[in-house]
Amino acid sequence: MHGPTLTNWIDLIYLVTAVGFILALKGLSSPKQARNGNILAAVAATIAVVATFFNPDAQFHHKTTNLILTLVAMVLGAVIAVPVARKVKMTAMPQLVAIFNGVGGGAAALISITVFLQHSQLSAKPAVYVIAEGIIGLLIGCVSFSGSAIAFAKLQELMTGRPITYPGQQVINALVGLAIAVMAVLTVLTGSVTLMVITVALSLVLGIIFVLPIGGADVPVLISLLNSFTGLAVAASGFTLNNNLLIIAGTLVGASGIMLTQMMSKAMGRSLANVLFSAFGSVVTAGGGADGTGETRTVKSGTPEDIGVLLAYARKVVIVPGYGLAVAQAQHTARELADMLMERGVEVFYAIHPVAGRMPGHMNVLLAEANVPYDELKEMDDANAVMSTVDVALVVGANDTVNPAAKNTPGSPIFGMPIINADEAEHVVFLKRSMRPGFAGIDNDLLFNEKTTLLFGDAKDTLTKLVSSVNDA
Amino acid sequence: MSTTGILEFLTIFVLAIFVGNEVVARVPSILHTPLMSGSNAIHGIVLVGAMIVMGTANGTGQLILGFFGVLLATLNIVGGFTVTDRMLEMFKAKPADKASAGEGSKGGGH
Repeated sequence: MHGPTLTNWIDLIYLVTAVGFILALKGLSSPKQARNGNILAAVAATIAVVATFFNPDAQFHHKTTNLILTLVAMVLGAVIAVPVARKVKMTAMPQLVAIFNGVGGGAAALISITVFLQHSQLSAKPAVYVIAEGIIGLLIGCVSFSGSAIAFAKLQELMTGRPITYPGQQVINALVGLAIAVMAVLTVLTGSVTLMVITVALSLVLGIIFVLPIGGADVPVLISLLNSFTGLAVAASGFTLNNNLLIIAGTLVGASGIMLTQMMSKAMGRSLANVLFSAFGSVVTAGGGADGTGETRTVKSGTPEDIGVLLAYARKVVIVPGYGLAVAQAQHTARELADMLMERGVEVFYAIHPVAGRMPGHMNVLLAEANVPYDELKEMDDANAVMSTVDVALVVGANDTVNPAAKNTPGSPIFGMPIINADEAEHVVFLKRSMRPGFAGIDNDLLFNEKTTLLFGDAKDTLTKLVSSVNDA
Repeated sequence: MSTTGILEFLTIFVLAIFVGNEVVARVPSILHTPLMSGSNAIHGIVLVGAMIVMGTANGTGQLILGFFGVLLATLNIVGGFTVTDRMLEMFKAKPADKASAGEGSKGGGH
């Protein structure tokens, strides 16, 4: 024992860090304290990392090679991570969170694997629960790692965002799950390295096949869930290493992540199970195809000039931004239009659906980036309360979040999802790329409504045209 | 580690579940993304575990595994905090004071 006093001091520092994390999460729940909360967590984490160099458990004091390699890995990691995190576009934020989450899961899995190998070198076999802790960490960590990689690929459009389904999918997933359970138990009982490697491989496969059938629109909920998984994997590493800090931090993230995931599913009007297992998009695409009658209905499309006049002489305009605005990077142009209308005395506000953009709150981040002041953003319920007094609802790249089918059509897959009641405004203007349905793959009756005017094109182009037509009006 | 040890860790684990649920219970939806990102950074503390494992690694195989463990954990923790700060920086930039100052010149807009 290298001096219990030092160990005690390190444990005390870890406790301070854990408290810092709890306060940081609390801070992140209020707009005013959020940034300080994040900085607090970063400072707390730095203190713990520095202290770990002196942690007798790590034995750095008599392993110079290990110490040097650790420092090299840390510097390398920081040199890669900082520029990526600084330069990535705000619209690409979700996939960045996915990738940072995945590597965390990977790190937790590597810890469990290495400790397992260390134990297998010992002559005395460790207690069953010690191996079990490691296997749990390895399993969850691997699922989170490969699952996040697929989520990243879907969001980055390296692969289709549509759900990928094949016959017998549920059965295959269940069989893989079962095989992992059997392998994990056998590994725990025998301590065999070969069986451990098979468990790792199967867990990586499970992460992939678990994520494949989940459609693009649901990926944010999935990332939140995987974030929670990584937290649990970190907690499991804490059990393996007898480290309180990892247990507390990992569990905090695991528990709060599950809560957050449920809030997100709720915002979409669905249960978490439904998001994960229904292959929502594919079922509905079939329905959308059969619904070909929609194409024979007429829509009214307008010119930028018509719509510019409509906007310029309105008293109250609400902008309903959606995913299309984010993709087209049109948030700055939207703000330009809003500013121009406000200069003319038009009252303008933004109605933000909880799942607008790609993640809950993502739209707020994008609009904040475009310097849209807080008080112009209204959350869904507040926006709906005043919707009947609005002259023009300008829907930019949104579709499902304003689809009245969620209120009126009990058979619709999105029935029950809370929506922004754009249909209650006097006029509705849709800026859309095409008549293609939204993520949910269902027709939107509001497009065919007689008070609706459509303007086709990329959100940024059409908004730019509207800016100049409002200017001329 | 005795059985008493694991029970102590289990106690901490269970209590932390309740704290985790409690602290995020009243988060407004506009902060969901930053919160997810911030908690993503917090589980980057797995770096501490990766460092401990790296310090005790024996032989080339374990050193390689440990090296990648530290590397991935560093990406998680450094990238996580940096990206969260960037998100929140934008939130903080134009709140009430600047907005109301700007509104003053526009007169009776509201």
